[in-house]
This record gives sequence, structure tokens and C-alpha cells, in this order.
Amino acid sequence: MDLILSALDILMRWDVALALLAGSVGGVLIGAIPGVGPAVAIAILLPATFSLDPIVGLTVLLGIYGSSMYGGAIPAILINTPGTAVNALTTYDGYPMTARGEPRRALSLAYSASFFGGVFSVICLILFAPMLAKIAPLFGAREIFLAALLGLLLVVVAHRGQALIAGALACLGIFLNTIGMEPVKYTQRYTFGTDALGSGINLIVVVLGLFAISQAFVLLTDEDEKIRLTKLRGGMFQGLRELARHPRVATVSAGFGVVMGMIPGVGEFTAQFMSYTYAQKSSKRPQDFGNGSSEGLIAAETANNAVPAAAMVPLLALGIPGEALTAMMLSVFYVHNVVPGPGLFQNQMDFVVALYLALLILNVLVLIFLLGATKSLIQVVRIPNRFLGVGILTLSFVGVYSLRNSATDCFMAAGFGLFGFVLKRLQLPAVPIILGMVLGGIMEVKLRAAMARVKTPFDFIDRPVAFILFSIIIIVLATHVLRIRREARELKEAEWQTKTASTRFGALLLRRRTSFLKEHGRKVRARHAKLLRRLTDLF
Amino acid sequence: MQSERERRFAGPRRGQLLFVLSFLTLSVLLLSQITQQTAWVNKTGLFAQPRFWPAVGVGGMVFCTALHLWRLPFRRIERADLREALRWVAALEYALWFMVYVMLVPLIGYLPMTLIFVPLLAWRMGYRSAQIMAISAGFAVFIVLFFKGVLAVRIPGAVLYDYLPDAWRSFAILYL
Repeated sequence: MDLILSALDILMRWDVALALLAGSVGGVLIGAIPGVGPAVAIAILLPATFSLDPIVGLTVLLGIYGSSMYGGAIPAILINTPGTAVNALTTYDGYPMTARGEPRRALSLAYSASFFGGVFSVICLILFAPMLAKIAPLFGAREIFLAALLGLLLVVVAHRGQALIAGALACLGIFLNTIGMEPVKYTQRYTFGTDALGSGINLIVVVLGLFAISQAFVLLTDEDEKIRLTKLRGGMFQGLRELARHPRVATVSAGFGVVMGMIPGVGEFTAQFMSYTYAQKSSKRPQDFGNGSSEGLIAAETANNAVPAAAMVPLLALGIPGEALTAMMLSVFYVHNVVPGPGLFQNQMDFVVALYLALLILNVLVLIFLLGATKSLIQVVRIPNRFLGVGILTLSFVGVYSLRNSATDCFMAAGFGLFGFVLKRLQLPAVPIILGMVLGGIMEVKLRAAMARVKTPFDFIDRPVAFILFSIIIIVLATHVLRIRREARELKEAEWQTKTASTRFGALLLRRRTSFLKEHGRKVRARHAKLLRRLTDLF
Repeated sequence: MQSERERRFAGPRRGQLLFVLSFLTLSVLLLSQITQQTAWVNKTGLFAQPRFWPAVGVGGMVFCTALHLWRLPFRRIERADLREALRWVAALEYALWFMVYVMLVPLIGYLPMTLIFVPLLAWRMGYRSAQIMAISAGFAVFIVLFFKGVLAVRIPGAVLYDYLPDAWRSFAILYL
């Protein structure tokens, strides 16, 4: 109780109240505009929050993070376009409801489910906080190194079908973090003799380039979309009543959100997928899913809104961000010399609880705002895409230039913007780069510190937490390898099934004989034999 | 006809091979520079070497990209790839707009330059109505006053402000 009172004391300030209001309203607006998203907004606002108190700055950013998904549900339900990426599943059941003339019901249900998810996760985490405070000190240098490695690994393997290129991009992040003066031996790394690279590449420059400027380029090079909005009829409070009829789906989905949110690199998509699958399998009307099912909408919205509070756990308890948005928030901590990690949980528990309470209040503010202002708010969807691009490009300047007043930073940000644009066009992920940069830095420092006390390789995992983390890494790797093998087998089967030539052994031999007899086959064999001879001559 | 391997590929086909080849070339070039661009310090353990983490980063880039290239179902650069490359180049125009804006702010000033930049870029994007021009100008003024006036972000005054009368100069440097 004392803890909650001292946390409330931290929050009882006019600037924190203003930050809560600005964060919640701003987040909803940003979420409601398709093509902006919380990452762009947080990247732009990040340098501006450096001059604020840590609690004020973090409240604004948390506000945007936590409330953007509420806003993202509006275009997902009304125009079948998710406002933020995580609202994609909301379109499955939200838009069919709008199509059959129930947009108000869908919106109020989405708000209520989001509110439940947000509040559930915050309450869970406030209750778990004392336990986390006991566990966090068990993490020394080697445990934090292993946790960071696990986080990076999970981010890479989470990109199904793109794990290799995601791994390459994570390594690019690790490499970018090493550029500049090395702080222990004072040697230059990849500066190519230039002063501009001597102080390294700032994380915010990369974040702004990859998320904000690249998004501006995407919008500027695209066409404007024609939007037809549906008129809203009916009450906004029916969703709360309807949510109360599905307590099981809501609670389980929020539970999935909390658990998945705490695991670095997993996040909203997995939580939504698991809760949606659970809701469909346990429903009495599974055939309605994808056609405007209220349970489907509850599962999707509850799960994604339970994630932000949970995602703060690895960041606050271990100093390890699990995804891009929390990685950006980490820089706010560093600027104010507040080092998130076990020490924060031990010494500044009231600060941690204050952040969670801020999230709780934020959810209430957002719900009140949305219940009253949805009718006017939906007009933001009408802002033309390319004009948004102009706005984002203008705002990106503030973000980059206010860091160090350096044109070189802006030049680099524009370069990363172009790179991010290419990644977006190819549907490749940019998040591994950011996490590679942040976690790479953490891993470098912690591995150096840990190796000072390690004599044999087994010493590295001789403590219980280190051993558990190492085992999880092995399990994740083994599971990934097994999945790749299974997919390769399935691919082979599918290829055999679609093959036009006969798969009988006799037919195979016949084709082989034809190949031997033809001139082209002879040339190919001669070439291969020549290459093989060259290779064997080497040894 | 698309093969099963191509059909199962995550993401669009256009531009993939070009991107992977460029990324791999860059990674190999960076790896080839590792001995010149990083130092090896004597009497220091492997994990504390300044070269260790750049080697992990660049080595990982080369290894993962090479494997990705090996697994890529596309083996030939086609016309669609070149068209995609042109789309990438088209974005350069907006990068140039951004850089011109960046270079001119310290000379002309944040507010005047933003007041020129936003409506001009909106004009370039095809929004020519008086209403949009007015909204653009209003947006520009709001951005400058909010960030520089209210949030006090660090954007220094411009060379042009030096020619203003004394009373105006300090106000302009602080808030505009």
C-alpha cells in the first residue's frame, strides 16, 4: 500500500497529468490515422522528451504506445484498413460488423475489450511487481547477456520464412552499434578516418530514418486512397455489456497478452494469434469467426492491448527491450541517467509502480475520450496519404536536427530512410536492426564483464538463472531447426505432387539415359568434371 | 509458371535478388576492411577485443545473407526487378527535398523555411487548392511554435535573424 501511495505521489503533478492527457489523446489520433503508427510518433517525439523529467517523458511515450491500438481499431473497423499493424486481426471481425450495419457495436466492443486488456495487464503486473523485484537481482552480467541473446534470437526466429534475412539485419544492427570510438581500449572502429563517424551512429538517427522518414517516403511515393466512411448509429456503451457476456475469452486473451508481452521479441502478433485461435476453438459458433464474430473481436483487441504494460517488464527489470518501441524508450532512461535493470526494481520500485499506474489511468482516459469523441475522431481518417507524408517528413527534421544540430545526422537519417523504404517495399523487417543495435551494445558490455570471472566455458552457465536461459536458447534453436526441416519436407512433398514428369523409378532412369546421350548433357558433365578436377587439385 | 518454392516465398518477388546481392556485396566489402578498420590489442582476451563485436556483426551479415541468397528461389534479375529499383531511386527525390530543407534552416530560419517547405512540397504532391495551401501554412506555424516555442527543442537561430532589429532578434532566435 505504501508503495502505491508513494507511486501516486510521483504522479500527482500537473506536468504528469498533462503528459497523460497528451499521450492518450495523441496516441489515439496517431493510431486512427492509417500510415502513421506509434513507432513513427515515438521516434519523432523522442528527442523532445529528453528535456522533460523521466516520468513525464516516459508517460507521453507510454501514452502513445498504449493508446494507439485503441485508435488503430477505428479505421480497421470502419474502412477495413488497420490503423496500426497490430490491428490487422481486428479487420477480420470488425469490418464485417460494419458491413452489416453495426459499426457502433463493433467500435464499442473493441474499446471495451481493449480497456479490459489494458487494465488486466496493469493489475497483473502491479501484483507481480514484488515477485519481479525478487527475481531481478538474480540477473548478473552473464544472465543479462544470455537474456539479451535470447531476445535477439527470438526476434529473428519470429520472422517465419525470413529468419535468415532478419538475422542478417540484426547483425547489421550489431555492426552499426560498434561504429565509432570503442570506449575501453579507445580504438576507432569502422570510422574510415572521418570525424562524423568518430562519435558513432546515434540510435535515434537510425530509428527516425527507418521508421519515420521511410514511412514518409512510402506515403509520398504512393497514391491517395479513396475513403468512404459509414455513419455511426446506436449507443457506445453496449460493448461493455457484451464484453461482460464473454468473460472467459476476455480473460484468457488478456492472459496471453501479458505472457507474450513479457517475452522479448514475441509481442502482439503471437498473443493475438494464440488468443484468436483459442477463442475460435472454444466458441459455440466457430463458423462466425472472420464474419463479424464478437468473440473474435474481443480476442484480438484484448490480447494486443494487454501487451504494452507487459512489454515494459523486460525493459524495466533487466534493461532489455523486447521490441522496437521499448528499445526507443530505453534511450529516454539513458539520457536521464536512470539505468533500467535489477537496480531500478530494488531501489526505485515506486517509479516502476508509478509507470504502471500511469498506464492504468491512461486506459481510463482513453476510454472516456473515445466514448465521447469517436464521431469527430473518425474524420482524421480522411487526411490524404501524401499530405501525411509531407507532415511526417517535416516532423522528422525536428527529431533528427534537435539531437545535435548536425546536418550529418540528418544526412544519415535520410540514408536510413531510403534503406527503410527499400525494406518496406520488399516487406522485410526493420525491427531486428534496432534491436541488434540496442541489444548488441548490452551484449558487448555484459559479455566483457562476465568473461572477467569465467575460467572455463562451463563457468558461464553454472548459476541457475544462466543455466535456465542457456537451456531456453538451445530449445529455441532446436525448435527452429526442426521447424525448418519440417517445412523443407513439406516443400519437397508439395514439389513432388505438382511435378508434371513421372516420379516412377523407371521414368527417372529413362530421363537420366536421355540426358547422357544428348550433346547438352555431355557438355554439362564435362564442365562439372573440369570444376571438380580444379577443386581436387587444390588439395 | 511459379514453382512451389517461389509460391511459398514470404514477400514480393520484385527487387529481392537485387537487394540481397547489394547487401551481400556491402557486407563482403565491410568484412574485407576489418583488419584496417578495427584494432587487435595484445594481451587482451578474445571477447574484450575491439575487433570482436564488429566481426560478429559483419561476419553474421555475410553468413546470413549468403545463406539467404542460397535459399532464394529467384536466380535471375528480371524486368520487374529493374522497375522496382527505379521506385527506390524515385524516393531519392524526397530525400533531396529533406536535405535541402536541412541545409537551408540554419541560413533562413526554422519558421520561414518550414513555411516555405510544407506548402511547396504539398504543391509538388499535387495539392494545389487554396484550402490545402492554407492548411499547410497553418501546420508549419503550429509545428514550429509547438516544438521550438513550447517544448523548447534545440534548433539554433538562423543567419538571416542577425539582420533583424535587436528586440526581434532574440525573440526570433528563441522561439522561431
